[in-house]
Amino acid sequence: MNIAVIQFPGSNGDQDTFHLFASGLGLPTRYVWHKDATLGGADLVALPGGFAHGDYLRCGAIARFSPIMAAIRAHAANGGLVYGICNGFQILCEAGLLPGALIRNACLEFRCVMCDLSVEPSTAAFSPAALGPSIRLPISHGEGNYRIDDAGLSRLEANRQVLLRYARNPNGSIGSIAGIRNERGNVFGMMPHPDRAFERFHASRDGLAVARAVLASRFPELEKRTA
Amino acid sequence: MPAAPLPPNPDPVLNQPITPELVKKHGVLPEEYAAIVEALGRPPTLTELGIFSVMWSEHCSYKNTRPLLKGFPTEKLGPTADFGRVLVKAGEENAGIIDVGEGWAIAFKIESHNHPSAVEPFEGAATGVGGIIRDIFTMGARPVLLTNSLRFGELSSPVTRRLFRGVVAGIAHYGNCVGVPTVGGDVYFDRSYEGNPLVNALCLGTLRHDQIRRGAATGTGNPVYYVGAATGRDGLGGAAFASKELSEESQADRPAVQKGDPFMEKLLIEACLEMMAVPGLVVGIQDMGAAGLTCSTCETASRGGTGIEIELDRVPQRETGMNSYEIMLSESQERMLVIVQKGREREIEAVFAKWDLHAALVGSVTDTGRMVVRQHGITVADIPAPALTDQAPVYQRDAREPAYLAVTRAWTPAGLPDLDAAGLRDALPRLLAHPTIASKRWVYRQYDHIVQHGTAVEPGSDAAVVRLRLGDREKFIAIANDCNGRYCYLNPHRGALIAMVECLRNVVCSGATPLAMTDNLNFGNPYKPEAFFALKECVRGLAEACRFFDVPVVGGNVSLYNESREGAIDPTPTVAIVGLIEDERHITRQFARAAGDRLILLGGAPCELGGSQFLGLFHGLKTGDAPAVDMPAEKRLQDFLLAQIKAGAIAAAHDLSEGGLLVAAAEMLFGAAPLGADIDLSALAAPRLDALLFGESQGRVIVAVPPARAAAALADAASRGVPAADIGAVAAGGTLSLRTGVAEAAWSVAELRRAWETAIEEAMKRPGLD
Repeated sequence: MNIAVIQFPGSNGDQDTFHLFASGLGLPTRYVWHKDATLGGADLVALPGGFAHGDYLRCGAIARFSPIMAAIRAHAANGGLVYGICNGFQILCEAGLLPGALIRNACLEFRCVMCDLSVEPSTAAFSPAALGPSIRLPISHGEGNYRIDDAGLSRLEANRQVLLRYARNPNGSIGSIAGIRNERGNVFGMMPHPDRAFERFHASRDGLAVARAVLASRFPELEKRTA
Repeated sequence: MPAAPLPPNPDPVLNQPITPELVKKHGVLPEEYAAIVEALGRPPTLTELGIFSVMWSEHCSYKNTRPLLKGFPTEKLGPTADFGRVLVKAGEENAGIIDVGEGWAIAFKIESHNHPSAVEPFEGAATGVGGIIRDIFTMGARPVLLTNSLRFGELSSPVTRRLFRGVVAGIAHYGNCVGVPTVGGDVYFDRSYEGNPLVNALCLGTLRHDQIRRGAATGTGNPVYYVGAATGRDGLGGAAFASKELSEESQADRPAVQKGDPFMEKLLIEACLEMMAVPGLVVGIQDMGAAGLTCSTCETASRGGTGIEIELDRVPQRETGMNSYEIMLSESQERMLVIVQKGREREIEAVFAKWDLHAALVGSVTDTGRMVVRQHGITVADIPAPALTDQAPVYQRDAREPAYLAVTRAWTPAGLPDLDAAGLRDALPRLLAHPTIASKRWVYRQYDHIVQHGTAVEPGSDAAVVRLRLGDREKFIAIANDCNGRYCYLNPHRGALIAMVECLRNVVCSGATPLAMTDNLNFGNPYKPEAFFALKECVRGLAEACRFFDVPVVGGNVSLYNESREGAIDPTPTVAIVGLIEDERHITRQFARAAGDRLILLGGAPCELGGSQFLGLFHGLKTGDAPAVDMPAEKRLQDFLLAQIKAGAIAAAHDLSEGGLLVAAAEMLFGAAPLGADIDLSALAAPRLDALLFGESQGRVIVAVPPARAAAALADAASRGVPAADIGAVAAGGTLSLRTGVAEAAWSVAELRRAWETAIEEAMKRPGLD
């Protein structure tokens, strides 16, 4: 098992995501610079939170053109695991690896708050049976308002692609959607931060189970090894 | 000795004769102009006049405050343990540095951006955050936390709401993007800040001892690099702007407010830290903050005892046709000056190319002791560097006690009716809903306070606590800011003592051993003897408390001329204190955790009404003397509290501050667990009910102690001479019930919490005024 955390210029959750996997789950983890051309054989590619390229345009709009994105697309096309958190989720939507888009919070302000989230039955590993019916993770974003057209939403729901929903919608997301996966089940994205909910002193440590569930959706044997 | 004049400049603007009017327009006094001519041996050019005006402004030179600031202790007076030694002292560099053990250290400092925020709240506050972050990574430290200290007029004013919303959004915009968590702060609302808000921002970073960098230009022939954003016309003369009073014309100063780019700052942090990690590459580094290129060049030369020569044609510029005056005085943000070891130019250029940033070779270090600036082949400035820095003028201003103090000091509550039962029931929710006391959730939910995943105690408790990764060891930093300007208005010396002891108390309540202090002195016009009196007395108070508690000052900032049409602000010497927690188990919060825990009041029954929020809210009075301070008693209390926390006896600790005992008790119930409390004060001596419940006597803390530990804690308090009284217990169920010798009352905690939690949100639903 080998985790690659992408560093874009303006990534600021890169340390968080690195330590979620490296310290939290004890997995071999390394950084990959956005100008690199290859991922060096990663099992999971994580796109961290932050403001890639400043996000002065639309969030993720420039990051999708970073050189590393070609390797990430190829990795995903081969069925490799890709996981975007916060800005990483925005970039994956912008790159077309996940459906929909994230726009400004309905309240028009940044929100950094703890959220109760319901776990949706999505994969065998990412399900209420595995994670429990609800978990708590913090959000920290200004543009987490998930949008998708009606047809797209129907497909998401029909394919059980919704991973998490907010118990109290903090940003106006359609269907209170907080996180989704692609149809194939190898690309995951969510606005809440498991990478800020895993230390002993954090208000919630549910981030560990969420990271494990993402990994176990593709590598079922992992559940045992990191438990 | 007369010197040869500089060659005439073909630019007619730059070549204009220096008239007394021009000198006055630069805020330079006639005697200061005479000193400039003497230092140069000839009249200055326009560019040189501009350079002197910003370097000799209060913001850069501390000319009115330097003699006062000398009273601050800048080193530990007593022996240090495994941590706490001062590694870089206040005033030596951009920020002071304190040892935290294991070969690691922290750098921290607070700085104001008051005037820019008054004129342009969003950009003013945003660039204030950017500036203080640069001061920290300039030292070689990775920024790990931000806090801020804000003061506004009353929230009922639409102008205040516009400023408040803009300042908070600006701090959020910058801090969130740059990826440094904003973990704490304080916000007060008082009429005296109407039109002149205070925006003080603090940054703290961590580094190993061997990573400490200096802002000194050494090594003749070493190349001088300019890195970061290009120079524009924004922020022209911002330092000078910050050193005059706000007026109707201040809006016309908008070009003096800079525009921030937090993405550029994030790249600069990473590129600079990467560059500094290359052994032996960086000789010196300094950010271009106030007075931009001017300040960074002359200060690095002055510190290095060298000279510096720069060529302005090589400075990256984002506008065409900028003359030397504009380039030297620009305060465009996100720029740094770096002095590199000669022969290693390719290495720095490679780092900055990786991050797609400018790294322009603009000059070199010389042995002349002079700052020489050239543009288009012509020398436009040639100044002895120390004349701009160490030899800047110093003034001893006149101080006079304001006449109102005799009146307020003599006030007693004898003429006021005491609280009755109905008044008591009403008073608690109203005080909790006062914006100064109410939850600041509306503010901190806009700040990313969890990025870097080290935040252990989030905003809303007595102090924020953040984990430090020191190699493979972890320690925790507690940080609090404080200053009640109302106390400083009523008694400047005592108000400053209170700012210190209360801030220390907050840090100790969180389980930390205090390390060091940084201060931001926000005052009125120093040429007014009453304003200078307040400044002098406050500085005396801070210095006295720093010595008594052996908490050194690692640096800070002075912001004068905080006046608007209404007059001077309340004197506001904002204090921020950092403490160290070596064991995660000692982290303590203000929130009660379990029903049955005993509530113990430390420090004795409150008995003073002067300067309280209660007097202001219920009697419309801002009078009386500030509460008394007994530093030996305070020290005994804090030592006792820390010992009990380390012994594991304290479930929660919360100090009494604005709103007094009952407000503090209620706030302890606003944690995650739905709890109540039964409080019985009938055994306490209380001449007045209002003073007991809502007075703001200092040196008081309420602790929650598991019942099995209560007797031992009370006995230990008695043996240490700390007054301690069992005043009841945390209760299951959601009621706060109170019994005193003369009254009884009960409140629903959920209702109290709603009043406290939603007050600012509700106020901010009303429109602001543009």
